Amino acid sequence: MTDVPARLPARSGEWIDRDRVVEFRFEGQVYRGYAGDTVTSALVAAGRRTLGRSFKYHRQRGVLSLANHDVNVMVDDGQRTNLRADVLPISAGLELQAVNTKGGLTGDRHRHINRMAKLLPVGFYYKTFHRPRRLFPFWERRIRALAGLGTIKRDAPRVETPKRYDFCDVLVIGAGPTGLSAALAAANNGAQVVIADENARAGGSLTHQWAGDAEAVEIRERLLSAVDAHENIDLRTGTTAAGYYADNWVALVDDIRLSKMRAGQVIVASGCFEQPAVFHGNDLPGVMLGSGAQRLLHRYAVRPFQRAVILAANSDAYRLALDLVAAGIEVATIADLRTEGETGPLAERVTAEGVVVRRGCGVYEAHADKNGELSGVVVAPVTAEGEFDLGRQESISCDGLLMSVGWTPAANLLYQAGTKMDYADAVQQFVPAELPDNVHAAGRVNGVHDLRQQLADGERAGLAASLALGLYSGEVPEQPRHEGGSPNHPYPIFDHPKGKNFVDFDEDLQLKDLLNACQEGFDNIELMKRYSTVGMGPSQGKHSNMNAVRILARHRGQSIMATGTTTARPYFHPVPLKLLAGRSFNPERRTSLHEWHRAADARFVHVGDWLRPEVYGAADTNRPLNELVLKEVTAVRRAVGLIDVGTLGKLDIRGPDAAEFLERIYTGRFSNVKHGRMTLALRCDESGVVTDDGIAARFAGDHFYVTASTTRSGAVLQDMQHWLMRWGLDATVVNATGHFAAMNLAGPYSRHVLAELTSADISDDSLPFGGVATATVAGVPARLMRVGFVGELGFEIHVPAQFGPAVWERVMAAGKQFDICPFGVEAQRILRLEKGIPIVGQDSDGLTNPFEMDMGWALAMSKPFFIGQRSLQILQRRGAERVLAGFSLPRDGNAAQVRESHLVIRDGEIVGRVTSVAYSPTLDRIIGLAYVAPAQNLPESTVKIRADGGVLRSATVERLPFYDPDDLAQAGVASLQEVS
Amino acid sequence: MKIINCPVNGARPLQEFAYGGPFRDMPDPATASDAEWGDYVFNRDGAPGVKREWWYHLASGVWFVAERDTLRDRFLKTYLYDAGDQAND
Repeated sequence: MTDVPARLPARSGEWIDRDRVVEFRFEGQVYRGYAGDTVTSALVAAGRRTLGRSFKYHRQRGVLSLANHDVNVMVDDGQRTNLRADVLPISAGLELQAVNTKGGLTGDRHRHINRMAKLLPVGFYYKTFHRPRRLFPFWERRIRALAGLGTIKRDAPRVETPKRYDFCDVLVIGAGPTGLSAALAAANNGAQVVIADENARAGGSLTHQWAGDAEAVEIRERLLSAVDAHENIDLRTGTTAAGYYADNWVALVDDIRLSKMRAGQVIVASGCFEQPAVFHGNDLPGVMLGSGAQRLLHRYAVRPFQRAVILAANSDAYRLALDLVAAGIEVATIADLRTEGETGPLAERVTAEGVVVRRGCGVYEAHADKNGELSGVVVAPVTAEGEFDLGRQESISCDGLLMSVGWTPAANLLYQAGTKMDYADAVQQFVPAELPDNVHAAGRVNGVHDLRQQLADGERAGLAASLALGLYSGEVPEQPRHEGGSPNHPYPIFDHPKGKNFVDFDEDLQLKDLLNACQEGFDNIELMKRYSTVGMGPSQGKHSNMNAVRILARHRGQSIMATGTTTARPYFHPVPLKLLAGRSFNPERRTSLHEWHRAADARFVHVGDWLRPEVYGAADTNRPLNELVLKEVTAVRRAVGLIDVGTLGKLDIRGPDAAEFLERIYTGRFSNVKHGRMTLALRCDESGVVTDDGIAARFAGDHFYVTASTTRSGAVLQDMQHWLMRWGLDATVVNATGHFAAMNLAGPYSRHVLAELTSADISDDSLPFGGVATATVAGVPARLMRVGFVGELGFEIHVPAQFGPAVWERVMAAGKQFDICPFGVEAQRILRLEKGIPIVGQDSDGLTNPFEMDMGWALAMSKPFFIGQRSLQILQRRGAERVLAGFSLPRDGNAAQVRESHLVIRDGEIVGRVTSVAYSPTLDRIIGLAYVAPAQNLPESTVKIRADGGVLRSATVERLPFYDPDDLAQAGVASLQEVS
Repeated sequence: MKIINCPVNGARPLQEFAYGGPFRDMPDPATASDAEWGDYVFNRDGAPGVKREWWYHLASGVWFVAERDTLRDRFLKTYLYDAGDQAND
């Protein structure tokens, strides 16, 4: 294969570098091409016509469009799969296999499926394999083995890909004549312009369709050099505008990265996709789109066949004919579907070249030779209704059949942007009717097909964008109007008794498949798509959707507009997942004591964004975790413990109206809270549901310090700011969460420990339960709060965050004589459960009101107003439908375990659920909280809980709190035990 | 991703903001019937159209009012709430 028989002599504008020969392998065979060749162009240049196998029937396929959406030929390079050979550049050492074959392209062992096509109508799998049910898994495995394209390489190397945020004034999508002209118009007005084009080089249709026209080539060179020289224009080739998102956020995808482009204005000049005609044999290798052949000729100097027939329905076909003749290809016939054919200079030049034009004729069928590749066609007169006059048929031998019957706009991004599109009869295509703000459409996507008009339309869009940016104040010209015949045939679709007239090459759908779908009632475009899978293959219908719409419209006898289109969603073109994948970003907050916890072998748990010690010494694998937790619980009950509570939300509220503000936000009384005292701060929403709780400490008449739970502090702050503004009160809220380190020193000896670190009077008289004070602790200014959350004598110590570690260490050192023990959230959970204190969010849900939690005492219902009050009045009248009750179970390792969320059952009905449950080392039984019917909340009665395995267990209802019902311990009056 | 024009911070991306619910008048709790109060608490007008809404700029803690066309997905106007202008509240 050293010679390149189909390669034409060097031509100006070609994309290949003839000085650099590149050797690669395809299906085990060595091929040579030139640098700049794509896999397809190199293979065609080497004389190959069959390049791939189709998805369903494993039919031989060759070149279709060569325009980046040609999925006839997809290859696998050993690492990556489903690479599109039409645009994949060849490189030295590349080893490729066609996808979707069993045993290689030529001998594909699944090729016999093609002969069974008759037995596999659309919907076959849905209808056939679900009965009998027990055989479905068998069929599922068989079908799955056949389905899908490509193979994922699990051992492929991990490649990290960058992402980029990007900004510009004007983003132009498409670097064809329209896009280049639009970019220049905008850039000349001072806009910063980015042009994105999916092709390897700029120029668009000027590099294929118009590349045989000397004047057009001149325009191309002029535009490209002007763009190249313009300092305001950044031209990005090989870059797909893959998706449009709100407010001109466009995903630009290139080989290595995703750029998140935010553009002031977007000009969509994305052009058109040429569309195939539908006739028997329209997928044989050798049948291709006219523009596909022109890409081979002009970009890669490849002559893909010797003798061609053109199926025509527009002027583009005649320009194509001239290009073929100039390349030394014999054009046997132009079969023009239009009875009037082509008139004017172009037609005259074609006739002058001796090309036979048959007007009002179509291709009835295409034939294959013994290799399965195109060998000839039958051309016959055809009516507008698609009836062939086979009496006047003519068989023509040829190895190339070009379809040049029409285009459909590449309007995917326009649709995504919310453009309303109308079907324009003059051009037989959808065109933008109403564009969103700051989005423009120009060129063929806008229904403008004439080259000079495209330049004018591009300039118009560039000026309109400049005007919207305030960079231009002159006139914006009118949009050019299409003149002459339609470039698009309204129905290039022809029935054939033997079928094999493919509408969708990706999914091997024939005309009859779509008609069957209609007949089965799937005669709405979205239903038809899903039932038949038209447009659901790798090219997402770029060559099939429009024909499917035309088929459905004709079947239903309605207009194209009434038929509509399917929804265009991102992405426009497949995007490798590696470009979308990001490094995981999980922000994590650590308290200033984190390092100490780590050194103490803490096991951390995520609480919201925060990391909190769950239990200490967890790496000691000889001891079960539970034992560590119980040890911490016992230390707090018997001596003293220290827990980091720095994650609590901390809000400083100051101002003359601070108390009034809290009165309205929280359920309790604040105006009468004395300086140096604190009170519960319970919050409800407007429906009376409990949303959070904390404490509010009054340090001065106009200064409250309020805590909120770790995970809700952000929401609490946000809500406070909202109401402060609404009510216009004279107070400020400052989020001091990060400003303070906070620790809770708890246990019978906590006062002994604290006394060693402060000279302040912390006796029960000066700092009673519920008292707060500012003091110096371990030489650091601190806020002290006498709390009882765990049911023991306890002090919360809040110090500026940077002093947290020093104070913590000093507390630990002072507590050493009492065997002070740091404790984590797991021990805290058990301690507060023993004390029967419900946790909002754990023991309440999104519907729980305070009456259900037995917290009616915390509601100052006689206040003039607080959020939720009005709803609570209604709820109070109605009475609670469920109540949170304490229960206990004996510890029994053999019995079914009761866990959180297990259901409480009464007379076979669900009445509630377990919200907290744990083994209490202090009480030596299992205790918990559960919602029960109010009538069940009788101490010493039993409730049934559906435990593990559905076993009903009887639990004893207990009065709360379980531990220390007289609150002696937190009052500090319980007797101290000897510390061992 | 949408851009929202914060009256204080200017144009910022959507992820810096939180939606704060519709801008609504609270009926007088003292005079509203249970039904009126329930309607205020639980019912929202979900029909697409131009809405007055509360929005919050998370990074700076700014609350503001936005007029948004939910049918066309457009922010029409954003402005700071004036507590003195209680007529609408």
